[in-house]
Formats: sequence, structure tokens, C-alpha cells
Amino acid sequence: MEQFLQQLINGISLGSIYALIALGYTMVYGVIKLINFAHGDVYMLGAYIGYFCITNLNLGFFPSLLISMLVCALLGATIEKIAYKPLRNASRIAVLITAIGVSLFLEYGTMFFVKPDPRSYPPLTGFMAKTFRVGNLLITSQQILIIIITVVLMIALQLIVKRTRIGKAMRAVSLDGDAAQLMGISVDRTISFTFILGSALAGAAGILVGIYYNSINPLMGTMPGLKAFVAAVFGGIGIIPGAMIGGYFIGLVEVMVSGYGNSMYRDAVVFAILIIILIVKPSGLLGKETREKV
Amino acid sequence: MKKSINGSTLKKFITLALTFAIVQVLVSTNIINDYIFSTLATICINIILATSLNLITGFTGQFSLGHAGFMSIGAYTCAIITLRNPTMLGFVIGALAGAMLAAFIGFFVGLPTLRLKGDYLAIATLGMSEIIRILFINLDSVTNGAAGLSGIPQFINWGWLFVFTAGTIILLNNFIKSSYGRACISLREDEIAAESMGINSTKYKVIAFVTGAFFAGIAGAVYSSYYYFLEPNLFNFQKSIDILVIVVLGGLGSLSGSVIAAILLALISTYLQSFPELRMVIYAILLIVIMLFRPQGIMGSKELSLTVFKKWTRGLRDKKNGGVA
Repeated sequence: MEQFLQQLINGISLGSIYALIALGYTMVYGVIKLINFAHGDVYMLGAYIGYFCITNLNLGFFPSLLISMLVCALLGATIEKIAYKPLRNASRIAVLITAIGVSLFLEYGTMFFVKPDPRSYPPLTGFMAKTFRVGNLLITSQQILIIIITVVLMIALQLIVKRTRIGKAMRAVSLDGDAAQLMGISVDRTISFTFILGSALAGAAGILVGIYYNSINPLMGTMPGLKAFVAAVFGGIGIIPGAMIGGYFIGLVEVMVSGYGNSMYRDAVVFAILIIILIVKPSGLLGKETREKV
Repeated sequence: MKKSINGSTLKKFITLALTFAIVQVLVSTNIINDYIFSTLATICINIILATSLNLITGFTGQFSLGHAGFMSIGAYTCAIITLRNPTMLGFVIGALAGAMLAAFIGFFVGLPTLRLKGDYLAIATLGMSEIIRILFINLDSVTNGAAGLSGIPQFINWGWLFVFTAGTIILLNNFIKSSYGRACISLREDEIAAESMGINSTKYKVIAFVTGAFFAGIAGAVYSSYYYFLEPNLFNFQKSIDILVIVVLGGLGSLSGSVIAAILLALISTYLQSFPELRMVIYAILLIVIMLFRPQGIMGSKELSLTVFKKWTRGLRDKKNGGVA
């Protein structure tokens, strides 16, 4: 039982990170129906920006988090402007290939500048280095930090999407882009804003992973990016609460497989889940079946 | 039926025979040394991979990111069989068995997932190839795990390379020109319209997918026998992307485009061998720039053939003569 609770805590911490990345995937898919392969690499860059802020600029954790989110937001908007906007009317496959291109460019461009070797995050100090003991359970303050920051960001996101004008525009565009445009919504601006929101969340996830696992490298974004995508599909792609549920679910499954089974198989299990969902219910947990119109 | 051997078939046959003979002479006189030959082998393997992926992605319009997975099945099957039975016959059986197994797995993955629309298929195939790779890492007793298989008997010479590469191109070309191929192309152009014309979309998608997987298996077998060393991480996501880059650069829907791009990229990557990061950055920029400015790739969906040359030269001549209305 204790082991189970311990795994539960680890799983929720990991799941928080997947959920933050999955939100970006799902929002972008919602508005332009694109699997943004570069999203995992924005997360990687978030980790590197955080590393740079903490070690080179000697900033604290929270200022680094904010800077990392801000830079990633700008980066997301830039990627959209340069690579995806000119292809608004191109075929889906063309945009998907471009997304893969952007992803490779970010990965190997970063590798070219910072070298492929992994770097380790500086150890945290003060209250963030503490470990709490509840009975026989160990909870590190990083885990608490990850969970709290994720929840705060998710609430903020919900407020933006549900309560603001731009959030309303996002929902309108994801429902029907053409109709939204006819109602006077600037679709381009809304798409840019969606990328900004998603990338900021990915940036936050990057720095959180940095303090949690301590090690970052230029290719660290590929696998979590794919798994976050699986999370988004699991919850129903395009649906924001679905991405959160999916993220936590994938995180828990991964930790449980490592804890009780063979950790070598944890990636395989996640992909097997994906294939099963796609076969059984491609619209995901919260998704609705939609009929295709000719 | 006597008409089946007409002028153009004869011309193609002569071209093929000449290509084979010239390279064979160069190899036996050692003008093509081991180093150049390894580039040649890479080109041939990449041609098989790219043309077979082109059938799936370029001609049928199904975006697959799992080609490396099928390649790895072919490679491992062939390697395991030739290690047990290191004869020429063993190699041929291994290559065929590898290709059949890849096709078989392609069938089982393709049947459920090909019902899904474009993007999902890409992710499902990607997941499939990752699962295969992880299985190969963990099946220690068969695949020797992450350390990989080494000392695979080497049977690949120019003759085999040529047979496999030319064979793949000819068979795929015939497939595409057949009614099956036309059905596949119609699915790419407009699935709903094709279905309303009575084309069973899932059936033709699966046929194209399985055929593509079969030839990817062949490429894997050739790879294992030429490089005599295999490890699961050779067949990761990156490998699938490498193949995709060739197809996209050459043109989605052009076999000759894939051949040209395979040659071009092999030369570029040989040149950039000592800067692996730079090579990937160039690949990335290539992908983005092609999609932004020339989404049809080098060849578009056209094929390079003698008639194209004739038209082209005639066009030039016409211009010289002041243009013929």
C-alpha cells in the first residue's frame, strides 16, 4: 500500500509535466488541426532557458520560470509565423512535414550550439531542497512545487479560455474557423495567441523537469513530446480537460509500469495504449463522435 | 500477348543491363573501391526504402512514420536466419522471410489503423515502430538486446544490390501503373470521391501499406547483410524521418524523384559525415524550405523518362526556332 501511494505521488508529478505539454498539443490541434511536432522541442528549450537563467544569470527559480515561459511563448509565436502561417491553405501532410522539420531544426540547432552532452541543473537550495516524510512516504519539495505550479497554471488557463474575449475567440475558432472569421474574429491573431499559451506551458514544463530530474539534453523533448501527444489523444484531442486527464493518466501508467513491471517496457506500454485508443475510440475519452460531411 | 515485349520495354532492359555492366566493370577493376561501394550500398538501400515509403505516403496519401520499424523486422529476421544458416540460400530465404514478416506485421498494424484519417495514422505507425524497437531491445535471447547482433555473414555484392534495387523499382512501378495503383492514387486525390466510385478505400490502403512494408523488409535484409552489424537503436524515429526526407525531397508521388533524392542526400551526408549535427540541421531546413516554397519536391508527381527528355529537348528546339504555335 505504501509503495502504491509512493508511486501515486511520483506518477502525479510526472503526469503534471505531461499534462502541461499535452495542453499545448491539444489547443493547437483544436484551432488549426495540426500535430505540432515541434512542441516537445519548445519544452526542451524551456528547460535550457531555465538552466541558463539559473546558472548564468544567477536568478532564482520563480524569475527563471517566468522568463522561460515568456521566451518560449515568443518562440512559439515565431514558429507559427514563419513555418505554419504560410501553409494555412496547404495540405495537412505538408504542414505535418513542416512541423517535423521545425522539430528537427530546434533539436539539432540546439545541439549545434550547446553540444549534445547532457547538462545537470544546479541543486536547489533553501526550502526547495527539503524532503517531507509523511508516515513512510517521501515527498520532495520539487514534487510539491511541480504539482502546485501545474494546478495554478491550469486554473489560469481555464480562466483565460472561459472568461476572456481572446479565450472566447479561441473556442470559436476551434469550433468553426470560417464562421468565426465571418463574426469578425481575427483568426490569425487567435492562432498566434494559442501558440503563445501552449508554448508558455511547455516552457514551464521544461524548467520543472529540469529541477525534478536534474538532467537535460537537446533530444529530451522527443519522447515526452510524443507521450504528451498520446495523453492528448487519450483525453480527446482538442479538449482542454481531456489533455489534463490524459497527462495524469499517462504519467501514472508509466510510473506504475516501472514500479511493478519492467521499466524497459514503459514506453512500449504508452504507445500500446495509443494504438488501442485509436482502434477502440479514436475521439478519445471525452471526445464526441463527429460525422464527416462531404 | 506477343506485344508485351515492345520497344520501350526493350529500351528499359538495355538501360538496366548497361547500368549493371558498367558498375560491375568499375567494381571489378577496383575504380569503385570499398569506400565508394559503401556509399553505393547506402544509396541502393535508401532507394528501396524511399520508393516503398513513397508508395504509402506519396501515391496513396497515407502518412506513415514507422518505416524504420518494418526495416528493422526485415533486418533482424534476415540476420537471425543467416547466422544460423550462413549460405547464399540462407540469405535469400532470410531476406524473403524478413520481407514477408514485415508485410505480415504491416497487415496487422495497417488493418485497424488505416481506417483512421491522416494524422492519427502517422502517430499510430510511429508508436508501432517504437514498440518494435523496444521489443528488440528486450528480447535478449533472440536479438541480443541493446548490444545488437554482430558478425552477420556478408552476402551483398553489387549483383544482389542491383537485383534488389532494380527489382523494387520495377515491381513498384508496375504496381502503380496497374489498376491497384490507380485506385491508390485516386484515394490520395480524394478519398470520398474515390469511395463513391466504388473503390474500397481500406482494402487499397492496406494493400499499399503491406507492399510498402514488404519492400522496407527487403531493404532491412540488404542492410543487415551489407553492414553485418545490427542494433535496435539504428531503427529509431530518426531513421523513419531520414526516409521521409528523401521521399519529400524527391517528390511525393514520383519514383524517379525518390531515386534522385536518395542519391543526392547520400552524397550530401557522405560529405557532412564528420558534422552529424549540421547534417540534421540541413535536413531540417531542407524539409521546411521545400514545404514552404516547393511542396511538390524535385520531381513533383512526374517521372523522369526518355519521353520527358524528348519533350524537353523539343521544347528547347522550338524556342530556338522562334516558337511554334
